[in-house]
Amino acid sequence: MSGPSDYQPTNPVMKWIERRLPIFGLVHSSFVAYPTPRNLNYWWTFGAILSLMLGVQVLTGVILAMHFTPNADLAFKSVEQIMRDVNYGWLMRYMHASGASMFFLAVYIHMFRGLYYGSYKEPREILWILGVIIYLLMMATGFLGYALPWGQMSFWGATVITNLFSAIPYFGESIVTLLWGGYSVGNPTLNRFFSLHYLLPFVIAGVVVLHVWALHVAGQNNPTGVEPKTEKDTVPFTPHATIKDLFGTCCFLLLFAWFIFYMPNYLMEADNYIPANPGVTPAHIVPEWYYLPFYAMLRSIPNKLAGVVVMFSAILILAFLPWLDTAKTRSSRYRPLAKQFFWIFVVVGVLLGYLGAQPPEGIYVIAGRILTFCYFAYFLIVLPLLSRIEKPRPVPNSIAEDVLAKTGSKSTPMVSTVIALVVAGGLFAGSAQNARAEEQDAPPSQKWSFSGPFGSYDRGALQRGLKVYKEVCSACHGLSYIAFRNLADPGGPGYSPAQAAAFASEYKIKDGPNDQGEMFERPGRPADYFPSPFPNEPAARVANGGALPPDLSLITKARSYERGFPKFIFDFFTQFQEQGPNYVDAILQGFEDKPPAGVTIPDGSYYNKYFPGHAIKMPKPLNDGQVTFDDGSPATVAQYAKDVTTFLMWTAEPHMEARKQLGLQVFVFLIVFTGLMYFTKKKVWAEAH
Amino acid sequence: MIVTTEYSAEHPTRRDFLFVATGCAAAVGGVATLWPFVSQMNPDASTIAAGAPIEVDLKPIAEGQDIKVFWRGKPIYIMNRTKKQIDEARSVPVSSLPDPESDQARVKEGHDQWLVVIGICTHLGCIPIAYEGNYDGFFCPCHGSQYDSSGRIRQGPAPANLAVPPYQFVSDSKIQIG
Repeated sequence: MSGPSDYQPTNPVMKWIERRLPIFGLVHSSFVAYPTPRNLNYWWTFGAILSLMLGVQVLTGVILAMHFTPNADLAFKSVEQIMRDVNYGWLMRYMHASGASMFFLAVYIHMFRGLYYGSYKEPREILWILGVIIYLLMMATGFLGYALPWGQMSFWGATVITNLFSAIPYFGESIVTLLWGGYSVGNPTLNRFFSLHYLLPFVIAGVVVLHVWALHVAGQNNPTGVEPKTEKDTVPFTPHATIKDLFGTCCFLLLFAWFIFYMPNYLMEADNYIPANPGVTPAHIVPEWYYLPFYAMLRSIPNKLAGVVVMFSAILILAFLPWLDTAKTRSSRYRPLAKQFFWIFVVVGVLLGYLGAQPPEGIYVIAGRILTFCYFAYFLIVLPLLSRIEKPRPVPNSIAEDVLAKTGSKSTPMVSTVIALVVAGGLFAGSAQNARAEEQDAPPSQKWSFSGPFGSYDRGALQRGLKVYKEVCSACHGLSYIAFRNLADPGGPGYSPAQAAAFASEYKIKDGPNDQGEMFERPGRPADYFPSPFPNEPAARVANGGALPPDLSLITKARSYERGFPKFIFDFFTQFQEQGPNYVDAILQGFEDKPPAGVTIPDGSYYNKYFPGHAIKMPKPLNDGQVTFDDGSPATVAQYAKDVTTFLMWTAEPHMEARKQLGLQVFVFLIVFTGLMYFTKKKVWAEAH
Repeated sequence: MIVTTEYSAEHPTRRDFLFVATGCAAAVGGVATLWPFVSQMNPDASTIAAGAPIEVDLKPIAEGQDIKVFWRGKPIYIMNRTKKQIDEARSVPVSSLPDPESDQARVKEGHDQWLVVIGICTHLGCIPIAYEGNYDGFFCPCHGSQYDSSGRIRQGPAPANLAVPPYQFVSDSKIQIG
């Protein structure tokens, strides 16, 4: 804040400190007495939400770094160990991974709010530019962090994004080599990405301090865009803004908790549960959702350098916004044309995001080009032109006048929200047909005991599934992230530690070298992991006609299928997350002796209705009567498939029951607390209105 | 946010109750949220599983020799003591020791020649060297603590005897530590 504070603490200790370091005065003038416009709406609470999200990301990130190993051979495994073995490790990782998405969601809302209410206009240009810098740093941090789990999407995302720099004339290739620290993305790349991913959040925090400083010099903008003139226009930051921000934050936490506890993998790519493989690119490679609009722009330009330039310009152009829009009226509330174009721009952004997730072919490319043009036209044509031709409506004389006028007529609060919902609804409806036309043999949705908010594993199914795995699947497929001790873990198949130890002792585990320097075999112990059927990948390929039988530990999370545009929205609310199990179950039951007419299957492959391309190298693994269950369950392929899939869902997500139980407690608390906050906020603001 | 005016301090109002309730809920939520962040620092499940008991074959250790094995990341000295060492350890009056404990209490009955101790100095965690120092036992090079042939502290800054880990004889020539 500007100038020395007149704040005087009464406590002698605080007085002593204050004379030497006026920190209490600084806090008091910035966050207690600071005058905040009384008419701020809830879009303004996203500043506080963003501060919280930065804190959450730093805290969970520092903790994850305590358990993570930044080495190309160990990174993927160490992330899995965090998920499985570290106390609440799954919570830390899911908080961090969904936290990134929540951070971007909040920052987009924050940016659109600034855009709508003209928060970038004089005297807040530097405030706005600092925001653009924070956004750029966030994008870099998000990208670096996404590479760290070293899954397929991590690896190929890192490859594609670093290759953007190869578009630079003359120096491109050298710059890319410099970024990689090698001839390709590899261990040195992972190491530096980890280091930088740890560094950048603190740089962000530094720029945030500047951002808040600049904000407190210029003062907050407000929905009218009229600067506060008298004391009537403002209220003290504490308790008014603090309590309102906290209430907004609580509501946001409800959404965040929904992701963490119930939909943790909703925004993640299934391919990233496959360890990085430098020899195979995933069929459909997409960045995280928050980069999609820019990714769509990159792909719609048919020239490498031009594409990269357009993509980066799309972000950098934001920094010039204060000089592109020269209209005197700040708030779009009083700008009838600007308001409409703003919403068109929002739709353009959302559509670009949608296109970014589609394959770059046919109509999508043309639409991408049109929308890229619209994006730039908004900044370069519409805004400069509007400043000259638009006739704004009269703005109120003061904030107080506006507030008083509001309380008189209960006019539609947040017309904008309604418009946004209508637009979104139209979008779903429009693309519904599109998605339906594309739909082909999607695996049928099964009924799973573990689905939904109260889902839990069927113990019987887990035990039967383990038997099917042991007697059938384990001949070719490893289960390398599961230790025998896990069979006695809570939320698992429900064996006792003694039973798990007995189960382990049936296995021969290779150990050594002993004091003669030789490897030897010994009976398994609870701490041992399920042994792999083949000594290494080449041996596995030789034994399986060139195909590598995948490790099954994560298979139900590493496989998925498209749900289509309208469906995936509903999935979020119905908590549908069972694409993986549905797929695995369908594959196991999808074998047909004779391919349908017109389909030829190469030698050594088998026809499977649900396998992409239908030609699978695995012969039909399960037949009726192959495994006998002790509990009298039917010895049918359908039963085997269901049980082994349930078992493999547990191996992929062993703490699911703990997650959903904790989720329930968190939700009960958050709903009660949000209610309390609502009434507290109402009481605090009662006198202000 | 707890706002108390002079009046309300004496007569609690509905508003005060609301503020107190909200503040309490915030405190409870904050503390509960802290727990996972602290708990994650504890040993993880694989570390705990790796700390399972180990078996050690004593056959290769001749009289007057010792080996060092690791259990839970700690060095364990297994010493096959000579007659002289045992006699020395047992002839000292227990009451004269800084940490009084008889040699018999530190070994397993019937296996008196076997001393099994955690080889970590009780002063500040360095590893004492076997067969050094004035007591035919252990000498810690860091700060000069000296232990006798029963691993008991005799001289120097260490406050306690070398700890005996949990172990038992599986057979005459095999022990299980842990």
